[in-house]
Amino acid sequence: MERRTIFAGWKLPMLLVAPQLVLTFVFFYWPALVAAYESLTRTDAFGIHVTFVGLANFRSLFADPLYRAAILRTVGFCAAVTALALGLGMVLAVAADRELRGRDLYRVLMIWPYAVAPAVSAVLWILLLNPQIGFVGRFLVTHGIRWDYALNGNQAMLMVVLASAWKQVSYNFIFVLAGLQSIPKAVIEAARMDGARGWYRFRTVVLPLLSPTLFFLIVVDLVYAAFDTFGTIWAMTEGGPAQATQTLVVKVYNDGVVNLDLGSSSAQSVVLMVGVVALTALQFRFLGRRSGA
Amino acid sequence: MRRTGNWLAHTVLILGALLFVLPIWLAFCAATLDPAAIDRGELSLIPRLGHLGSFWGVLAHGGPGVPPVWRMLVVSFGMALAIAVGKIVISILSAFAVVFFRFPLRRAAFWAIFVTLMLPVEVRIIPTYAVMGDLHMIDTFPGLAVPLIASATATLLFRQTFAAIPDELVEAARMDGAGPLRFLKDILIPVSAANLAALFVILFVYGWNQYLWPLVVATSPSLDTIVIGIVKMIGIDTSTEWNKVMATAVIALIPPVVVVVSMQRWFVRGLTEGEK
Amino acid sequence: MKRRTLLAGAAAAPVAAAPIVKVLAAEPVKITWWHAMSGALGDQVARITKQFNAAHKDIVLTSVFKGSYPDTLNASIAAWRAGKAPNVTQVFDVGTGTMLAAGPAVKQIWQLAKETGADIKPATYIPAVRGYYSLPDGRLASMPFNSSTAVMWYNKDAFKMAGLDPEKPPQTWPEVLQAARVLKAKWADPLNAQTKATTKGTAASAAKPNAASKGGLIRYAVTTSWLTWIQFEEFSAIHNIPFASEDDGFKGLGAVLQCNSPAHVAQLQRFMDMEKEGTFKYGGRDSAPDPMFYTGVVAIGFGSSAGRGDIVRNAKFDFGEALMPWDPAVSKEPHNTFIGGASLWAMTSPHRTAAEYKAAAAFFQFLALPEQDAMWAQNSGYVPVTLAGDALSRKQGYYEKNPGTDVPIKSLLRSPVTPYTRGMRLGRLPEIRNILYEECELAFAGKQTAKQALDKTVTRGNVVLRSFQKSVGG
Repeated sequence: MERRTIFAGWKLPMLLVAPQLVLTFVFFYWPALVAAYESLTRTDAFGIHVTFVGLANFRSLFADPLYRAAILRTVGFCAAVTALALGLGMVLAVAADRELRGRDLYRVLMIWPYAVAPAVSAVLWILLLNPQIGFVGRFLVTHGIRWDYALNGNQAMLMVVLASAWKQVSYNFIFVLAGLQSIPKAVIEAARMDGARGWYRFRTVVLPLLSPTLFFLIVVDLVYAAFDTFGTIWAMTEGGPAQATQTLVVKVYNDGVVNLDLGSSSAQSVVLMVGVVALTALQFRFLGRRSGA
Repeated sequence: MRRTGNWLAHTVLILGALLFVLPIWLAFCAATLDPAAIDRGELSLIPRLGHLGSFWGVLAHGGPGVPPVWRMLVVSFGMALAIAVGKIVISILSAFAVVFFRFPLRRAAFWAIFVTLMLPVEVRIIPTYAVMGDLHMIDTFPGLAVPLIASATATLLFRQTFAAIPDELVEAARMDGAGPLRFLKDILIPVSAANLAALFVILFVYGWNQYLWPLVVATSPSLDTIVIGIVKMIGIDTSTEWNKVMATAVIALIPPVVVVVSMQRWFVRGLTEGEK
Repeated sequence: MKRRTLLAGAAAAPVAAAPIVKVLAAEPVKITWWHAMSGALGDQVARITKQFNAAHKDIVLTSVFKGSYPDTLNASIAAWRAGKAPNVTQVFDVGTGTMLAAGPAVKQIWQLAKETGADIKPATYIPAVRGYYSLPDGRLASMPFNSSTAVMWYNKDAFKMAGLDPEKPPQTWPEVLQAARVLKAKWADPLNAQTKATTKGTAASAAKPNAASKGGLIRYAVTTSWLTWIQFEEFSAIHNIPFASEDDGFKGLGAVLQCNSPAHVAQLQRFMDMEKEGTFKYGGRDSAPDPMFYTGVVAIGFGSSAGRGDIVRNAKFDFGEALMPWDPAVSKEPHNTFIGGASLWAMTSPHRTAAEYKAAAAFFQFLALPEQDAMWAQNSGYVPVTLAGDALSRKQGYYEKNPGTDVPIKSLLRSPVTPYTRGMRLGRLPEIRNILYEECELAFAGKQTAKQALDKTVTRGNVVLRSFQKSVGG
């Protein structure tokens, strides 16, 4: 992120970052500190009895094989959702980045899923996939496929991956398209003159220019898959059957809001924060450098 | 050659559109059925066009337990707009500062902002609510929007966009004697227009779809957003009038779609025009 | 479309309750009630609020929807911690343990009555209802509100088709198993063969309108909603055996789970065997399987009595509501079931005035008026919570006009309440239920035995109980 040309002075930039920093400190760091403190305590939901327990919450968390399983499950889930959403988003954006008849209409149609409220999108997916009342689900069952996500963990996972990725494709589509639009036509033309065509041109010319956008999208998709899919998963499976679709954030919600186990829930939030900060730092080191950022 | 390329693109887009539109088409069809048809598994792909009354019904009179939909639309629109504009403004400013200046603790500031990508509202409800209580913002309109403005996604995007801007452009601006703020206004923002438009759409929808925070922080029915209205209409321990839920859900799609359509031309142009 | 419009006449008895509390201040007292009642139930809450305000000129009650039960509880906790708790909040049955441990955050009903002088007698309420929300010595902790219990729904048309007597539903588990086999052989299998034949013919059937109503559903004999509540907690009550020690937790925080007894293992094994022989279909957690009954997918569906409204509206067949079956090998006779649902809690707040508490007490008294209780029950599908409300409903001819609606009350009054039929008083019960779900799901998927599933439930559940006990300083 180092650039050679910069503006002088330090008062103006500090003034410019101030609003963002203030909001961040009040609405992120303060609650995060509270969470960090709570992770070191054993407390009831109302905060009436608070006992300092040191790292006991963390110890019991990592001693729990179900928690370790949830970490692995979350990694797989995030990778699957990101790959699917980004892959589809890119294919569609590349297709839409042409002088096509009806291009504007296509673009509107691609945005819709993102605008559907999570509560409704879960209902819609159930209408598609429920083995009894769903279009696709019923079709599978009557054609001899044992489709039963209430008991089959792999099928349940497949379902939440599909539903989660479906909602995120639009996001990827929009930004890849915006990124493609931002590539100067002259560059593409020059490549064409040089005889580069099709996939080769895309890979050698377009992709590198797109990489800052792709880097941004990978980060956002991973964060989306890790955190914002909670509503969809919760409405469809509540993390079940058994714990087959319980990702880390579903577990945080479940332990914090449903089970009111604030100590453990806070400890899990802290683990998540540390984990993702580390992951992001890594991304910046390896991906960020290559993406010219 | 070009022809076949277009056919391929059309095929891909039509398949994509089908994948995206089918569930929404289902919602539309469901809105025209009788209230219990979904529960009976009788949803069909052919809407009963003679039964569009549910749309007018919810718009004017609301559904079970909820006020008229138009009022919730107004609240949602205000909240989504405030969140989108708020986020974009503070993010452009901070990304601009981080990319184009050197100042003490610059890296620290960037990281301090950036790690906020990670903490979802669900996890920080109780402490955030306490902070809002201290600020006397519970059950107020600013209380709906302000905590959601703090996030790093937009900052990260602008940082990525700004970082990709060639040094020559900055150099040229400085030669012309443009100060930093003029550079921001006359060059940086036009150059980032495509991303800005895309981001606005995304953030608007993000704000539009907020559920948990508005539910917790607002208690006056006059602050009900449309998403809260939809969830209110989905019954527990009682059957749900799915036609009304789906009608509301479809109506709730309209404002985001209008935003998308009106942002179209910015998507299309963007840097290609700002380049001259 | 309002449910049960037929009954509107009977239900619309005018409410002429004299204001119970007279506050002399000119300014009306403002109180807030947070609730989790969505859909048509939200309309009933609005009606109650309006009628209460009409009857109490000196009080302004506002009711606010706060999301699902967990969301409402969480919002109330967050609000209390910020000093902004509502006067009254609705907490689901399984949150009772948490609220009882909330000490200064709540005013238990007996305490509220004592301080405000309001006349609230536990004896007003049906024993199996009040038991759930009482302290061991009988003092009321929270106000019974929306209550339901476990019942057995059955499809009379399916029974007829299978040659079973639709007026004699099975009463014991062996009878259920027998009926299930007959229903599979003579009802489900023939219809499924037909379904497969028709869908094979039309490949595009998945997208065909109304495929469901034309026989697109695969049928099974039995399913159950609320597997953990109905088939384990209520099962324990029906057989008067403990689900947990310390009288299901009523006597103290030191309770340990006892739901791995031979009787419980046999119960899970029964469902696993039925699943294997194709007479039982697991349809998911909580109320997720409800639609399987009213869409005609199963002939017998165990569920909450509050599901009646859905069934009345959706079922295109003749249906019956019956008492839960029992296992004669475990208990000679069946005992009463206890309730599910939610109750109302009075919450404290730093600047709360005596007048506000009085107003909250007046609201609770208003809900217990026989006309109010009966109207709420008839319009919502829950059971009346007061004895007088039940009697009024009977007098109005409601049970007669709606056969089966008295089954839940019969179930609650089936026997005198014993220490094991009062309810569940366990901390973090929602978590324990989820553990039980998870282990049962693994068992149904063939990954462990019934005994293993319940042993693991007890081990994992006890960890939760101990953690709760420590967290509330017990």
